[in-house]
Amino acid sequence: MSGELREKIIQFIHDEYVDDGTEVDDNTPLISSGLVDSFSMVSLKLYLEQEFEIEIDDDEASTEEFETVSRIQSLVSRKLQERH
Amino acid sequence: MAYTNELRTRLTQTLEELSAAGLSKDERYIRSAQGVEIEVEYPLGSAPRRVLNFCANNYLGLASHPRVVEAARRGLDERGYGMSSVRFICGTQDSHNELEQRLAEFLGMPEAILFASCFDANAAFFEVFFGREDVIISDRLIHASLIDGIRLCEAQRDTYKNSDTAHLEKKLQMWKDKARSICVVTDGVFSMDGMIAPLDRIAELCEQYGALLVVDDSHATGFIGRTGRGTHEHHNVMDRVDVITTTLGKALGGASGGLVAGPPEIVSLLRNRGRPYLFSNAVPPAVIYGALEVMEMLTEGTALRDTLEANAAHFRRRMEAAGFTLVQGESPIVPVMFGDARLAADMARSMLDEGIYVIGFSHPVVPMGKARIRVQLSASHTTEQIDHCVEAFIRCGEKHGVIKKDVGAGS
Repeated sequence: MSGELREKIIQFIHDEYVDDGTEVDDNTPLISSGLVDSFSMVSLKLYLEQEFEIEIDDDEASTEEFETVSRIQSLVSRKLQERH
Repeated sequence: MAYTNELRTRLTQTLEELSAAGLSKDERYIRSAQGVEIEVEYPLGSAPRRVLNFCANNYLGLASHPRVVEAARRGLDERGYGMSSVRFICGTQDSHNELEQRLAEFLGMPEAILFASCFDANAAFFEVFFGREDVIISDRLIHASLIDGIRLCEAQRDTYKNSDTAHLEKKLQMWKDKARSICVVTDGVFSMDGMIAPLDRIAELCEQYGALLVVDDSHATGFIGRTGRGTHEHHNVMDRVDVITTTLGKALGGASGGLVAGPPEIVSLLRNRGRPYLFSNAVPPAVIYGALEVMEMLTEGTALRDTLEANAAHFRRRMEAAGFTLVQGESPIVPVMFGDARLAADMARSMLDEGIYVIGFSHPVVPMGKARIRVQLSASHTTEQIDHCVEAFIRCGEKHGVIKKDVGAGS
């Protein structure tokens, strides 16, 4: 599941934010590099909620939690565990 | 005094970090009127020297035009220096109203309202009309003033990739049943790339999804489009843009002042609730008179914008022939790409030694690795001055290894 989860997140980030061929991996800075800005983070939060059927509170959707694919993956995994 | 040592240390550290990263903004003193030929004191303390200016927003060359200066002087003589009031107390002269009408007419919009700047216009707009039930979908490269304006309101926010209308449509589909109203926001011409937004398709999508379309046309008003009305004229959608915000601070004389043009209800509500409008002084009479003269000049004919268009085409043609990489486009904003920030800065410095005033832009103003010199053409540049600029670029480009020596200068 974690491999699939990771792939889906990376794929979404590529489709949604990358328009110059930048490669995104587990530890690519997303927010601090400007790839995802504060207005654009909404798309990412909405996608995660819809795709994985979870709810992310606004205070959990912080720039720190969304900084890397790895951090996002941890957040989603935690939410999935809480659901079960 | 509560200016503590802790705060002082923190601020000093921030300034040092900016300096170390090469991001400090040092201002150059200009010791002449604004124009194509200016006298610059740089570095500070050195003897002023005459240089050609290729980095002003003086697109139509009206910043120091004799007719505009004379009109401003008449404003000063007839109506004084300042208004000492906001508009709704005792800061509205008949000429403010006249200018608002002339601007609305020029843009092909029902009404217009003046602000102290377009930054103020954009800061005022969103908070008045949108709340948490609404969504604002903006292009990812919109101007900082729009971003700040959107931040001031409680609406939900989303973005689409720069000028990517397929991505915009995806967003409109996603939000169509989730918000009371949808507002789409874009620049008409993007200031760092000079790219013209695909307003025809954007207008079509906004109509299809019932979204309000807001365009900041600051880098277009006065010269983009056949008669210089702006991006909506360029794309033949003059009657399909809901709201235009723009500036008097660039092509229209370049002094100060901005505006929102749109439906009467929008303009009236801004007069009642737009905070930067309610709490800022009225635009001074000299600026109003100068801008009225600019409007007069723009309705007399299209010679100025035609010359600007030809100048931009000439510059682009020669620079491409010389082997430089430009961002393709049709506007008088011509980014010459260098990639590396240090190289762009070194090129700009060498250009100044050649008597050409241009500035290098790097991260965070433009994306990392896309450093550039943004050249801005003016209707006042002569062909000889543009050629002189190109030749300086060639010499500096060869010196810094950007272009090869054997590549010709073109024609």
